Amino acid sequence: MQLQKRTFGDVTVITLDGILDSGTAQAVQADLEHLIPDQGRVLLDLGKMSYMSSAGLRVMLLAYRRALASGARLALARLPADVREVMTATGFLDFFAVSDTVEEGLEALV
Amino acid sequence: MSETEHAAEITRIDAYPTGLISGYPVRAGRVLPFGASAVPGGVNFSVYTNNATAIVLVLFRRGEPDPVAELPFPQSFRIGGVYSMTVFGLDPETTEYGYRAEGPYRPADGHRFDPRAVLVDPYAKLLTGRESWGGGEPRPYRSAVGYDDFDWEDDRPLRLPPEDLIIYELHVRGFTQHPSSAVRHPGTFAGLIEKTGYLRDLGINCVELMPVFEFDELDNPRHDPDSGARRYNFWGYNPIGFFAPKAGYAASARYRTQADEFKNMVKQLHRAGIEVILDVVFNHTGEGGEQGPTLSFRGLDNGTYYMLTPDGGYYNFTGTGNTLNCNHPVVRGFIIDCLRYWASEYHIDGFRFDLAAVLGRAPDGSVLANPPVLESLAHDPVLRDCKLIAEAWDAGGLYQVGGFNDYLRWSEWNGRYRDAVRRFLKGDFGAASELAVRVTGSPDLYGPQAPVASVNFVTAHDGFTLADLVSYNDKHNAANGEDNRDGENQNNSWNCGAEGPTDDPEIVSLRRRQVRNALLLLLCSWGIPMLLGGDEAGRTQYGNNNPYCHDDPLTWLDWDLATEHAGLTRFVRCAIAFRRAHPALRRPRHRVTGQGSGWFPAVSWHGTRAWAPDWAVHNRLLATMFYVREQAGHDCVYLAANAYWEPLTVELPVLPDGVIWHRFADTAAAPPGDVAEPGQEPPIDDQARIRVGERSVVALVAHHSSF
Repeated sequence: MQLQKRTFGDVTVITLDGILDSGTAQAVQADLEHLIPDQGRVLLDLGKMSYMSSAGLRVMLLAYRRALASGARLALARLPADVREVMTATGFLDFFAVSDTVEEGLEALV
Repeated sequence: MSETEHAAEITRIDAYPTGLISGYPVRAGRVLPFGASAVPGGVNFSVYTNNATAIVLVLFRRGEPDPVAELPFPQSFRIGGVYSMTVFGLDPETTEYGYRAEGPYRPADGHRFDPRAVLVDPYAKLLTGRESWGGGEPRPYRSAVGYDDFDWEDDRPLRLPPEDLIIYELHVRGFTQHPSSAVRHPGTFAGLIEKTGYLRDLGINCVELMPVFEFDELDNPRHDPDSGARRYNFWGYNPIGFFAPKAGYAASARYRTQADEFKNMVKQLHRAGIEVILDVVFNHTGEGGEQGPTLSFRGLDNGTYYMLTPDGGYYNFTGTGNTLNCNHPVVRGFIIDCLRYWASEYHIDGFRFDLAAVLGRAPDGSVLANPPVLESLAHDPVLRDCKLIAEAWDAGGLYQVGGFNDYLRWSEWNGRYRDAVRRFLKGDFGAASELAVRVTGSPDLYGPQAPVASVNFVTAHDGFTLADLVSYNDKHNAANGEDNRDGENQNNSWNCGAEGPTDDPEIVSLRRRQVRNALLLLLCSWGIPMLLGGDEAGRTQYGNNNPYCHDDPLTWLDWDLATEHAGLTRFVRCAIAFRRAHPALRRPRHRVTGQGSGWFPAVSWHGTRAWAPDWAVHNRLLATMFYVREQAGHDCVYLAANAYWEPLTVELPVLPDGVIWHRFADTAAAPPGDVAEPGQEPPIDDQARIRVGERSVVALVAHHSSF
């Protein structure tokens, strides 16, 4: 799993590339903690994720909790259809602003 | 870094293995909690059996049929009858497990150990094998470890006063599986959430879910004799995993997030002000009788979990082949652990106990004067605010309605309420006088516990739907594949003149009235009313009174019915709102002190002349007036039910000056005049008497004339 960080104006875009499951969750979680700036605005781009397990869902929720605590705003872009489905069914999606493209996500965070 | 974060990073000093078993690093585990739990670095397994001689932990990689390893528990890892072991390096997300139990196969002594079988952990929090409802080849059940960190935010059980409840019984799959439900995730916990608005609009504040513990829908070998279509165990009264939510009811089970999905459903229902009661089956398991499969309990400790005859056979007080040995101390502990888990981990508001009379039996099947399991549940601190509702009978002939050991705590499905309303509606002799007692919370049955000990209902999943109750004299269960032998024969139903669907306008009109009569009586009675989901929309099962095995439109709610029968749905909505608006109908207890100078007694009975009820056996009129004086003022409701085939003129009680009778409902009137929006009831012209139509019910409310 690769994490890439880019900045668009005030917004930090973090792209997750690869597999997010119990094998990679801990490392991704640690990386995200460093990459999510306090009080900033962050868009997680999931468009390059090939697989996410329930451990991966937990990473998303922890990132949300962390952002909430530090005053950051977090949104998700380009959710794989299957992930979106399971996040809808479990209600996890209710915690996030979601967009279909990175551009829309950037607008939503402005 | 804060202090708490720092503390969390300190490694446990026991988080290292002390040896290897079958190539896996292990150490002696922790006995509590039972089941499998994720711990730092691995998984702790704990399983008890007082009669096995050895236990083997069988590990699987997710979804694979053959084990990756078998780890015998060293005897040094055993404390008492509990085998526990921490296995390091296991990924909870990709691990599945089971147990083999070694011991004698001597049925006459109660032992049926079979080490060939990989057993389900009775404490498994998740089960795999049936993730997709009815899907494909049955796979063996495997136990799995889930996450237990659901974010409830500020959710808590609602603790609604029992007298305020309006219970709606539903089947999770049947409720939204029909294409007309138009939900995103049909037939699932997630699908139910999408119907929260419907339930709220109707006025429901409590749903009672038919069994949601993991069960095998594929364990029914029967077929439709005509079409050959397979039959299922649709209802799910055959539990396998008492701690595991039914995976096939989750849209997200392939992610193993069925627990999260279930919890989110509870959370969303709570947000809408709706409590969740689970229908729990602790009278038997899905292992069946002698010929049934060895899945879990039979192989772990047969003689402990089941009631056995002196020669080692199974007592069958449940009609399913086995009977759970509920008052054995070990099983009692299991039941309490299980309910505590659902109450605390899933925020469940209450439980309805299927065939609860079994919980009053001793290991030899005899009836106990003081059943320990019922007493324990009544006083358990975790369960203290949970509603406990007994189906106070069993299939062994024990009928305890009104005589159940309630410890001043349990409520009951009042089967005698159901029978009384049905007999009254079809005009039976003597039914009016019994109904008088039933509509006032059955004090003859429940004494000081009345009325809230009485869960009143006219229909439930067992038996006819309300539409069928007034359309069929006999059950029509041939499609169940048992030559119409299954299902209740004593239905107290009446088809109103023709068996099944008819175009005869008089019959159609009478049925429409009878349905409303039943609903109005139910929603104006003291006690806790329970509706069978779909009755508010006129749902039919075409005379099938035991459709437990149908996974098809016969058991799926057709949501177009609510539009087709919009008048009936409106009637139910208004009657619920009426109940909620009138404290006189929701008495928590019979003796209410501080009544002060009221207009009337809390309840009074009347006849064609006010204050003169007729208790003669041929009388078919029941007129009841409910009254309470509260801080907010006087509340007074008058209910006249005429089961006679002619209209009656009924004299009304005289109200104090300035107060007049208004008509809330009259089932003889054509919709929309059959019911008023609560608070907008029109005054009646003649304050001295009313006409109550043939086989009709009228409900009046007293308001000040300036209203």
